[in-house]
Amino acid sequence: MRTPSGHEVYAMGAEYPSPAALYEAAKMVRDAGFKRWDVFSPFPIHGMDEAMGLGKSWLSAVVLAGGISGLLTAVLVEFGPSWGLYPLIVHGKPYDWRTVPAFFPIMFEMTVLFSAFAAFFAVLIMNGLPRPHHPIFNWERFKRVTNDGFFLVIEARDPRFTELEARELLERSGGQHITVVHED
Amino acid sequence: MNDWPTVQEEAATTSDRPLARPPLVLNRRNFSWITERISGVVEDRAPRWWWVCFTITGTIAMFGLFCLGYQISTGVGTWGNNIPVGWAWDITNFVFWIGIGHAGTLISAILFLLRQKWRTSINRSAEAMTLFAVMCAAIFPGVHVGRVWMAWYLAPVWNNYGIWPNFRSPLMWDVFAVSTYFTVSVLFWYTGLIPDLATLRDRATTKIRKFLFGVFACGWRGSNRNWRHYEMAYLLLAGLSTPLVLSVHSVVSFDFASSILPTWHTTIFPPYFVAGAIFGGFAMVLTLLIPARAIFKLHDIITPQHIDKMAKIILLTGSFVSYAYVMEFFVAWYSGNAYERFAFWNRVLGPYWWYWWTGMLFCNILSPQLFWFRWCRRNILVVYFVCMCVNAGMWFERFIIIVGGLHRDFIPSSWGIFIPTWVDIWTFLGTLGIFTSLFLLFIRFLPMIAMSEVKIVLPEADVHAHSPNGHHPVAAGGMERT
Repeated sequence: MRTPSGHEVYAMGAEYPSPAALYEAAKMVRDAGFKRWDVFSPFPIHGMDEAMGLGKSWLSAVVLAGGISGLLTAVLVEFGPSWGLYPLIVHGKPYDWRTVPAFFPIMFEMTVLFSAFAAFFAVLIMNGLPRPHHPIFNWERFKRVTNDGFFLVIEARDPRFTELEARELLERSGGQHITVVHED
Repeated sequence: MNDWPTVQEEAATTSDRPLARPPLVLNRRNFSWITERISGVVEDRAPRWWWVCFTITGTIAMFGLFCLGYQISTGVGTWGNNIPVGWAWDITNFVFWIGIGHAGTLISAILFLLRQKWRTSINRSAEAMTLFAVMCAAIFPGVHVGRVWMAWYLAPVWNNYGIWPNFRSPLMWDVFAVSTYFTVSVLFWYTGLIPDLATLRDRATTKIRKFLFGVFACGWRGSNRNWRHYEMAYLLLAGLSTPLVLSVHSVVSFDFASSILPTWHTTIFPPYFVAGAIFGGFAMVLTLLIPARAIFKLHDIITPQHIDKMAKIILLTGSFVSYAYVMEFFVAWYSGNAYERFAFWNRVLGPYWWYWWTGMLFCNILSPQLFWFRWCRRNILVVYFVCMCVNAGMWFERFIIIVGGLHRDFIPSSWGIFIPTWVDIWTFLGTLGIFTSLFLLFIRFLPMIAMSEVKIVLPEADVHAHSPNGHHPVAAGGMERT
């Protein structure tokens, strides 16, 4: 879709005066059946995931995998040298199942370390970050999103998207400064 | 979402609203005021006091770095450590600094899990304090090994000699605990910073700011689809940091508890050390935040209520610590062990008697008792006085545990005493300089308060705040109690 001036259309966006207004608008857009849309706010709005029809984030599964790999790494790194490569007898303590608890602290630390890395990289990768530029930044008003702006944006590639319907819906939901955002 | 009213809404319907909580941000400030006020600290020119402070702390830090260089090039003999006192100021400083870090993680992780919304005003700077404290802490075990260039022996790396570390040693656990703690704290801190870096990016006026904040904000745009994963990551990082922080000081205490020395060989050490860490750390948080709050006029964000709550945590953890002190004496008596009994008599009446009377008794046990009184918790000067006592007291406590435990060996012929050298003294003062310099740089270049998190606790951030019958919104944080 292109504007008369020849710009590729990325989306249509609207600004809302408050988190509560944005929350109500999100419920309307969800109920209208749109799929490729998003809301933008300076802070996470409590209850917005339900209002947008989003489920629980599956990032926790990635973190669990990270934690398990950390634990296994620690088992390998500790028992490999201690029982195979370089058995070190200190205080006359034997190497058998009775001394396994002495290996637990490092297993715990490695589990936490790998889980934390998994959480950090997962949040970036799942969000498609770092991403230096995004078409939404072409919208001058959008700068306020990190200050006190609350925005709802319906993307043009949504199968239900028509300029008329999107504009009508954004107006009906109380959106202000309704704007067509260009792709370039 | 449920439809029944929240506690606050219910409270709003009664005439005097006895259940309404005092607001976390005073004077009904709005979102953009928070952005302006906190970004302004970073964006305005550095005030003159900042340059004065930074020059002083930077100079002290330079002395510290010089001493470290001298100690590394000459040897551990530049310190006063000698048998029987093989650990002295080095490990005292290590435990002191690592303990200070723990308050930052308590605020950012444990209070988050406990849904203590007041943490949002202080978590960013407390986490920064954690990082800088752990950096200072890491210096000491690093250089006390003597040959710093051999420190890689601590890492389990495949090497030509076929030598591997002893994974069953508490010192080895310490290496893993502290390095994991630092790494996870950095990740948690940076994750929290991303939305605020985006704020600074969008406000940037110069090219260099735009570029740097742009790079570090990773292109954050506040999308709710991103917030969804972000909040999960934040929750999990908090959940991971909580057992981590408890483990770190427990492992530090194992360095002592797994030995056979009287006063060290005790099972009370892990909880005792963790409580002491949080106790000392909160004192340091207040030591840094009370001046910062006054200078940058952040009284609406860091309110008397925040200081009051932190004072209560100091009182609580101080009570744990006092209990541990008393219990140590009780067990020394009750055990009937002659060495243990002697060690504790020696603590009170021996050569280091005044460390115990001033540091442990006055600073750590008695001074926090002032916080039983609301008037004291609300009086900045009293709070600052107690925090300074606790800062000093917790350093003395570690010194008493370490040197007090070592200087009287089992045989009187092996007894010794510890005298610090100028290198000892200036290395420690140097880390104070490094710590404060890093903190000053932090408040100049990064938002010292988590803007995106403080905005959540404003009443208008709650989408359910507007009750149908037109009552004024009273939500998270509530209205001023009258």
